[in-house]
Amino acid sequence: MALKIVKGSIDRMFDKNLQDLVRGIRNHKDDEAKYISTCIDEIKQELKQDNIAVKANAVCKLTYLQMLGYDVSWAAFNIVEVMSSSKFTYKRIGYLAASQCFHEGTDVIMLTTNQIRKDLSSPNQYDTGVALTGLSCFVTPDLARDLANDIMTLMSHTKPYIRKKAVLIMYKVFLKYPESLRPAFPRLKEKLEDPDPGVQSAAVNVICELARRNPKNYLSLAPLFFKLMTSSTNNWVLIKIIKLFGALTPLEPRLGKKLIEPLTNLIHSTSAMSLLYECVNTVIAVLISLSSGMPNHSASIQLCVQKLRILIEDSDQNLKYLGLLAMSKILKTHPKSVQSHKDLILQCLDDKDESIRLRALDLLYGMVSKKNLMEIVKKLMLHVDKAEGTTYRDELLTKIIDICSQSNFQYITNFEWYISILVELTRLEGTRHGHLIASQMLDVAIRVKAIRGFAVAQMATLLDNAHLLTGNTQRNGICEVLYAAAWICGEFSEHLEDPMQTLEAMLRPKVATLPGHIQAVYVQNAAKLFATVLRKHDGETESQAAQETSQLLIDRLPLFVQSANLEVQERASCILQLVKYIQKLQQKNVEVAEEVTALFAGELNPVAPKAQKKVPIPEGLDLDAWINEPPSESESEDEKPKAVFAKEEPKHSRSRHTEVDEKELARRREVRKQEQANNPFYIKASPSSQKVYDAPGVEHIPVVQIDLSVPLKVPGMPMSDQYLKLEVERRQKEKAERKKKEKKKKREKRGKERKADSGPESEEDITPAHQVDIVTEEMPENALPSDDDDKDPNDPHKALDIDLDKYVPYCRHLQFIHVLHIVYDIQGNHQDESKVVVSVIFENKSDSFLKSMEFNVLDSLNSKLQRPEGAGAHDSLTVPFQLPPGQDTHAFLFVSSVSVSIVAVCIDCFLMQSDESSTHEKLDFKLHFTCTSYLITTPCYSDAYAKLLESGDLKGSSLRLEGINMPFHHLLARICFHHHFSVVERIDSCASMYSRSIQGHHVCLLVKTTVSIDAKCDEPSLLGNVLDEIKQTFSKC
Amino acid sequence: MIKFLLMVNKQGQTRLSKYYEQVELGKRAALEADVVRGCLARRKEECSFVEYKDYKLVYRQYAALFIVVGITENENELSIYELVHNFVEVLDKYFSRVIMFNLDKVHIILDEMILNGHIVETNKNRILAPLLALDKMAES
Repeated sequence: MALKIVKGSIDRMFDKNLQDLVRGIRNHKDDEAKYISTCIDEIKQELKQDNIAVKANAVCKLTYLQMLGYDVSWAAFNIVEVMSSSKFTYKRIGYLAASQCFHEGTDVIMLTTNQIRKDLSSPNQYDTGVALTGLSCFVTPDLARDLANDIMTLMSHTKPYIRKKAVLIMYKVFLKYPESLRPAFPRLKEKLEDPDPGVQSAAVNVICELARRNPKNYLSLAPLFFKLMTSSTNNWVLIKIIKLFGALTPLEPRLGKKLIEPLTNLIHSTSAMSLLYECVNTVIAVLISLSSGMPNHSASIQLCVQKLRILIEDSDQNLKYLGLLAMSKILKTHPKSVQSHKDLILQCLDDKDESIRLRALDLLYGMVSKKNLMEIVKKLMLHVDKAEGTTYRDELLTKIIDICSQSNFQYITNFEWYISILVELTRLEGTRHGHLIASQMLDVAIRVKAIRGFAVAQMATLLDNAHLLTGNTQRNGICEVLYAAAWICGEFSEHLEDPMQTLEAMLRPKVATLPGHIQAVYVQNAAKLFATVLRKHDGETESQAAQETSQLLIDRLPLFVQSANLEVQERASCILQLVKYIQKLQQKNVEVAEEVTALFAGELNPVAPKAQKKVPIPEGLDLDAWINEPPSESESEDEKPKAVFAKEEPKHSRSRHTEVDEKELARRREVRKQEQANNPFYIKASPSSQKVYDAPGVEHIPVVQIDLSVPLKVPGMPMSDQYLKLEVERRQKEKAERKKKEKKKKREKRGKERKADSGPESEEDITPAHQVDIVTEEMPENALPSDDDDKDPNDPHKALDIDLDKYVPYCRHLQFIHVLHIVYDIQGNHQDESKVVVSVIFENKSDSFLKSMEFNVLDSLNSKLQRPEGAGAHDSLTVPFQLPPGQDTHAFLFVSSVSVSIVAVCIDCFLMQSDESSTHEKLDFKLHFTCTSYLITTPCYSDAYAKLLESGDLKGSSLRLEGINMPFHHLLARICFHHHFSVVERIDSCASMYSRSIQGHHVCLLVKTTVSIDAKCDEPSLLGNVLDEIKQTFSKC
Repeated sequence: MIKFLLMVNKQGQTRLSKYYEQVELGKRAALEADVVRGCLARRKEECSFVEYKDYKLVYRQYAALFIVVGITENENELSIYELVHNFVEVLDKYFSRVIMFNLDKVHIILDEMILNGHIVETNKNRILAPLLALDKMAES
């Protein structure tokens, strides 16, 4: 046996440590996976050893492997073992592994509760620290519930090292167990004024994070933060505080006004760029939240814009990027101040860094006006031509469209220009945004009636030149445009000059190579064009032209009837039969034009996206009621509900599908080629034809860059640049005319005041070139008023939206009308179990200063105030601060006490009315010490618990709670939290709980889901009181 | 808030990862690969901030080592940029040899500096105090 142990420990000497593992992995680059799997086998062996040092080493290696992406959840229990080692060197390895590997779903976490609680209260600050750090990574709702009280106590630990960690962990606890926020908040608030700057900073961090989600609950802290901001010198803390103010000001504009000055001072004085940036950001946020009627803040905006300009001009790319980012925030409210830096922003479009270029693009979006839109878009079009990568070019394209279409085409004065821009964009090769351009074309043509004639002409040219767009069928993103072109030409065919020619273009055999959904539109709209042609020739007897058209369709449509695409096939065969029938009628000289046109009568109007949702439900219709009896369970299992309507955006799914197919096809083609090359019986294609299809070698062909100073021009297409020139001329002319008119008026008004020159053009002066009628989107009749249901119901922060100024239900409140409001809370003292700590918050409700307050406590038999050494038994305790009106502050009293009691307290205080006069007030009140205050959450293992119950020392009692309808785990959580119990074991419908008084009395509870509580305790009076208090807690809810 | 911190070598291999918000193990590899590709591909003259999904990435290069921090929209980019430098300075002060073999110690340093996704400590001596205490414990 002894030999075995010796042998074992010698073996262990040759175990790999982490260093060996890392080195080993590096040396096995070729067979890394194999090497690691042998390592994992070794680790599994090591974990079977009893030696904790070996286990810790193994766990340490596992942590590294986990980081490399290997699943180590199988070792969770071993990790817990190492965590519970008494030696810190091992313990920390266990905690590190747990913090890296554990998550809410890890079931062994349940086993750790008591261990963590033990570590949290360890006398060694590093034990506590490591437990807190670990907890921050893997805290679960259960852990949060069970440990909230312990962590809260640590917030007042003597060592700042522990305090700051405990404060930060509380944020995670709040998220997991929101009920803890209210009781913890006074203490958290108090930490804002902690003497240690680290703790202060931690508290600021937590409150910032809380306030960001639910700012209104933290407004009352503003004065305190204001004080911190003006006194703190730590930039990291300042940044956080300033950020917090940014979140608060939208709710309280007065705060914003107060902030501007110190913030601008900081902007002027600080040398830290991060702080400067934060200040600028917050000033912007503040100015956004202030109403526009604050003319004297234009100076602050100017200052911000100036500072940002310096950032943007800096050679440091990081500053440039952030400058542009902040600038975009100013843009939203003060576009004018940014617009004057247009030159600088346009310069950034040429930057080497794509992120900077994208930021500059974002800015342009907001800088456009009716006046400069054409000019900016022209610049962007130049960049489109120059852009290297397709991603950036695509980004430019979407931005151009965004800029032009924003707020219902607000800035477009000339839609002919816009259409020609869209047409020019179709010449971009390989763009992914074909359908974006297409949808713009459709949108404009449908909604701007005046433009239809022009649009139709343009689209007809596009259709005619379709071969230019589809030249490269591999990357056919752009051919989506043809979808729009065909539809527009068909729908508004009355505007076409030569419908016959367009019809011919739409029925070319080449069309059959387009994607199916586009062909379908082609076929359908060919029918519309057919109707138009017939109507045109209506009345002419024996019209040659009309009959030729029918023949054209009859000749060309069979190609589409053979299409593999069902939609195309169906439509084509339908229309073919129709045309054949019409031809027969034509041959009999029957007038058909009117009837054919009737097929496509009526106008299609755009429908608002929300329209369907807004249709009011007719009275008496219950949408939730079953029409038929619900099917039985078994049926519903095999039959999944099918979508009744086709999914939206079929284009997307289709293109993705073809993408996959293309890859697959390429692979198959390669395989096939291989096969063919090896097959002597396969007749290979002649080399000349191979050139066309063969891909290999294409990359090696040197590509000559052709520098075209004149962009390629498609015949018959207008250039957008011309519109720019025309527009400028037109505006000048208008301006001149306006001036003339004004002069006339002036002449008439001579003698009266002289008007100043109209100066630079204002937005309103620019009239659109066309009378634009933008058709608004249709809404159903009786549409319901707008509702915004954007809030995410799953946001964990929703639960933390707690009004913290409302009185805490489980702290006691005392109110002395008009003078003082006191809140107090009593907790057992972990460090010294013969004492309880009473924390008291005073709030001065009066208008005057409260000075020299004194506590007079009448000691009773069972409780005694802990006075400073040397003080007499009746001496009073001076409160070490003064209270300005409207503020609150905390104080602590240490009271030694042994059982439930009431302590009579009296406060003497002076109310300072003014500098001279003051009044003296005496306020008597009583502090109720509930027996729960003497209970300390103590872990208990189930075997110890069973022994305790068996011992027979405990007396029993029971309690039934009436009218409780909360989930069982909430009920348990409440008992844990308010009465300092911990759950020992939970079995289905009941749970056993344990707690201990500071004098060592055991209290055991058995709580059942029927909401009855059986309790046992070795001190009957304590038991009765605890049960009474539990009853009280639940009667309140 | 800081969401994660990665230390990556020039080949794109993760040397250290720390997540302050739970990310599934399976998704980590993809996330890390994406993040690393986004940052490593950038040239020296490009800025150190990259937008990636819901995150902002702040990265810095030290010789062959990249440190990438994923942060939320509301975090101050420049302060994180400074934090990374501070972190590297602390590493520099403590380690004389290759840090790769002492990853657990790097974790200790990191845990002292960032907790719960927030900066807790930036003072070098205070950051190193627990580690030095641990070394003393190991010696005795």
